[in-house]
Amino acid sequence: MTVIFKEETFHDDFTFRNSPEAVKRFPFPFPEDSYMYSVNLEPHKSYRPGSVYERTFDVDEHYVSEMRDRARVLAEDPLRCQSLPHMTLAGWDLLELIMTSKAEEYPELFELHRDGAKWHWINRPLGIEQKFTFLDETTLPCGPMEYITRQTQGDFAVLDQRDDNLWMDAGMVTTQADWSLDFDIGMNFFEWHAPVPKAHEMGIFQRALKFLLNVQQGSPARRLNWTMTVNPLLDTSPENYHKWGVMKKDLTLENMGQMMHLRVELQTFFRLPRSNALVFPIRCYLIKLDELVTVPKWARRFHRVIRDLPTELATYKGFVTNRPKIVEWLSRYDDGAPTSPGIWPD
Amino acid sequence: MLEGSILSRPVYDVLEIRPGRLHLMVADAEGAEAILDLAASAASDFFARAHVIYIPKRAGDKFVAKLEQLAPAQLYVGPSYEAALPRLRRVLAGAHMGLQVYLAGTEGLVGQAMFEATEAGIPHSAIQKEHRGSTARRVQCVHCKGITEDVTHDPFQCAHCGLHLFVRDHYSRRIAAFQGVRVDAEDPGNIPESVERFR
Repeated sequence: MTVIFKEETFHDDFTFRNSPEAVKRFPFPFPEDSYMYSVNLEPHKSYRPGSVYERTFDVDEHYVSEMRDRARVLAEDPLRCQSLPHMTLAGWDLLELIMTSKAEEYPELFELHRDGAKWHWINRPLGIEQKFTFLDETTLPCGPMEYITRQTQGDFAVLDQRDDNLWMDAGMVTTQADWSLDFDIGMNFFEWHAPVPKAHEMGIFQRALKFLLNVQQGSPARRLNWTMTVNPLLDTSPENYHKWGVMKKDLTLENMGQMMHLRVELQTFFRLPRSNALVFPIRCYLIKLDELVTVPKWARRFHRVIRDLPTELATYKGFVTNRPKIVEWLSRYDDGAPTSPGIWPD
Repeated sequence: MLEGSILSRPVYDVLEIRPGRLHLMVADAEGAEAILDLAASAASDFFARAHVIYIPKRAGDKFVAKLEQLAPAQLYVGPSYEAALPRLRRVLAGAHMGLQVYLAGTEGLVGQAMFEATEAGIPHSAIQKEHRGSTARRVQCVHCKGITEDVTHDPFQCAHCGLHLFVRDHYSRRIAAFQGVRVDAEDPGNIPESVERFR
């Protein structure tokens, strides 16, 4: 597979687009015509060649532009990347996991040469070459977590495991669906999820935590989550809410197809070998409604999901005001025909 | 009283005497009453091993004489938490095994002192906290990161950047503050009437 990296922006002029190939591999998150929370965890195993599930860390056509957007966000707000002092070892674990996976799964893009602790990393798409000593922070330009996550799509929450809980003690968070690492750092699993409606009462977090505490080395897990975003903004942080929130007002039936995006998070969970930390990458995929409705099954199903979503969830996900408009627009693509089970296009 | 709330919000208890070599008490305003209540069940030599750091705030002189009557080994009455902080840090830095920490008063005081104590390595099991008095909140503006103390109204204007913020229940122990988010972000200028929610 040869990836052609696109030049595009996720701010100001918003030139982000998906190619038809990228649309076809989009992780549409609805296996049926309705949606409610669930602990939809499954093993993160490679399947469906070409899909976002094939590789450990998916690298797609947006890679280079997404990394440029991350650098822009970090320059504006360095608090998006933080690591409490005891998390440095977990940062090295993460660096190793990403470098070895990428070098093995994308040999044409990444190379890793190891001679004991002397490592040599080559990242061709970003034009980076780095010789460093593994576990020696002074040999990298920044901490190990920051170094590798500036070169990897998706946000990263690095969770310390102690007292039968997970603690958000480090992270790189520039493409988030409205939560603040700076505010949440140091919180445990229940605390950082505290604002989510309904799911606590449903026992979702208790069950999810039980599962996550038992994730073993070499057996990562994954799930999908979703929301909606006006304009292809990777950075929908609370920090910048006073800048992007106002964009929701500009949505009309005429610009809906280009402006409204389904935002899907591919969340994965890996146990790290030295620190016993759990790393939680949250990879954001965006798709314009115009792009989404090119798949008839997705168009029908998405209309039904949005139409029937409980108000509380539409409110929490931030589109309750625009929902009538979105449903009206989507209804044009729903002829009422039945849909096939599963998330993939027919 | 505090309303029931979400899971990031701390849970408070009622202070009780615990065996220890040194009893460090940090309180503000009506938090003094929690210490006075504690004294009712204390052995006669208890306060000889106590260090009380008290910030009267709006309570003024109301409780100071009563605290003096307890005859703690050390009693400090200070003008603000910030002013008391170097002293608190010094005491925590010199702490030995057997230190018991008692925090009482507003959530802002209890939260900040809790953070100092845990940063100093005091185990949670040796720290008690009781909420007394005002339910005013210490709120961090998520946009500019500035903290506004003693917020009683919702929405309120950030003391640093001037944005009008609504007060979430989401609470950070590290910052010892609730989160404030621009109330008119999606419709600039449309600011709901400010209501006194915390007294």
